[in-house]
Amino acid sequence: MACRPKLHYFNGRGRMESIRWLLAAAGIEFEEKFIESPEDLEKLRNDGSLMFQQVPMVEIDGMKLVQTRAILNYIATKYNLYGKDIKERALIDMYVEGVADLNEMILLFSICPPGEKDAKLALIKERTTKRYFPAFEKVLKSHGQDYLVGNKLSRADIHLVELLYYVEEIDSSLIANFPLLKALEARVSNLPTVKKFLQPGSQRKPPMDEKSLEEAKKIFKFK
Amino acid sequence: MAEKPKLHYFNGRGRMETIRWLLAAAGVEFEEELFETREEFEKLIQGGTLMYEQVPMVEIDGMNLVETRAILRYIAAKYDLYGRNLKEQAWIDMYVEGLKDLSDMIMYFPLSLPEEKEMNLAYILERATTRFFPVYEKALRDHGQNFLVGNQLSWADIQLLEVILMAEECKPSVLSGFPLLQEFKARISHIPTINKFLQPGSQRKPPLDEESMETVKNIFKFEHGMFLKNMGTIVAEY
Repeated sequence: MACRPKLHYFNGRGRMESIRWLLAAAGIEFEEKFIESPEDLEKLRNDGSLMFQQVPMVEIDGMKLVQTRAILNYIATKYNLYGKDIKERALIDMYVEGVADLNEMILLFSICPPGEKDAKLALIKERTTKRYFPAFEKVLKSHGQDYLVGNKLSRADIHLVELLYYVEEIDSSLIANFPLLKALEARVSNLPTVKKFLQPGSQRKPPMDEKSLEEAKKIFKFK
Repeated sequence: MAEKPKLHYFNGRGRMETIRWLLAAAGVEFEEELFETREEFEKLIQGGTLMYEQVPMVEIDGMNLVETRAILRYIAAKYDLYGRNLKEQAWIDMYVEGLKDLSDMIMYFPLSLPEEKEMNLAYILERATTRFFPVYEKALRDHGQNFLVGNQLSWADIQLLEVILMAEECKPSVLSGFPLLQEFKARISHIPTINKFLQPGSQRKPPLDEESMETVKNIFKFEHGMFLKNMGTIVAEY
């Protein structure tokens, strides 16, 4: 019987959350070991567990995987969420990378100094409604299928729906003119594994608050 | 007969260079359509082939692929440079993602504000020699093989050579503490397709000079201080 994957990160979303979503959507139970202090991170580094001295790190199948994308690629391939051939994979990758670009803006927004927040927020809203949402709505419209690629659930749908939730937290009106995205969100949210993950008490993490931001700053030593 | 892939970018390295390296190493001939002004770039955007209005874009096998990693993964998989199984793919992914962190820093360096250049260069070199290069030196030492993963040439080897050469442009002696990387550099450079790419007259692009820096800034409308902004969490000690 295989061990459960073990996630090493701090107790917050950050760069680990998309990994949690993907594992959960794939129906894979996982454990988490939270880094709660700079000393905890130092220990992981000194153990030689972190290839580039960074987290996320996921212990899975005898490996200590680092680099968010390496981890996500492995999980997606292993659990058949990466399309049926390299062309489908290319489309999935294109969509996933676009999602990641917007997600990155939102991540950096959550940790940026107060003085920069307004400008960043304006850019996020603009990019969301003028660049990214139209691109994904167009894909869904072009084939009229339930999922982004190959008429089958893939990581692209999971990452996009995760992103839709974050955008909603920022401004729930931004999705207003994108009916197909709304439908995808509803459809994916109703999948049993995803529905379970969306319930209170799951391993899904809440948005960053003052306290967890201070904790993250201490652990990861940024201002 | 398959058409050659067609690369859309400006006439410089940027995010397209790793793609050029990978295609060249795989022995795949490619064409390039290189824009030189903001107007030409906007024309490309209006053409509707750029999913997120961004480049790189590569026309390949009937697709208009955008997003650097999507393009690289497709090429690597198509030309057997992505390992033989899932685990090898994971190792390659870890290695290339680490290399991208380093090469991004080097790529953005010319955009440093003048007063930050010295500090940024020192930071790049420190990271190269204490965080990144030791990883690859150790990998080669641990298995004693000629290539990083699976005892055969992969995307990871090609990108490692590319990044080594970029780092040497910052400081020629940067590999001085890494004997296995020095051997690796020589060995991979001698692979015929790669050797050809390293010759003058190939589609390999030179580093940006003052003039092309201005061109790039005009085309992509960069802001000041973009180095630090883009380094985000990398700049933190983390």
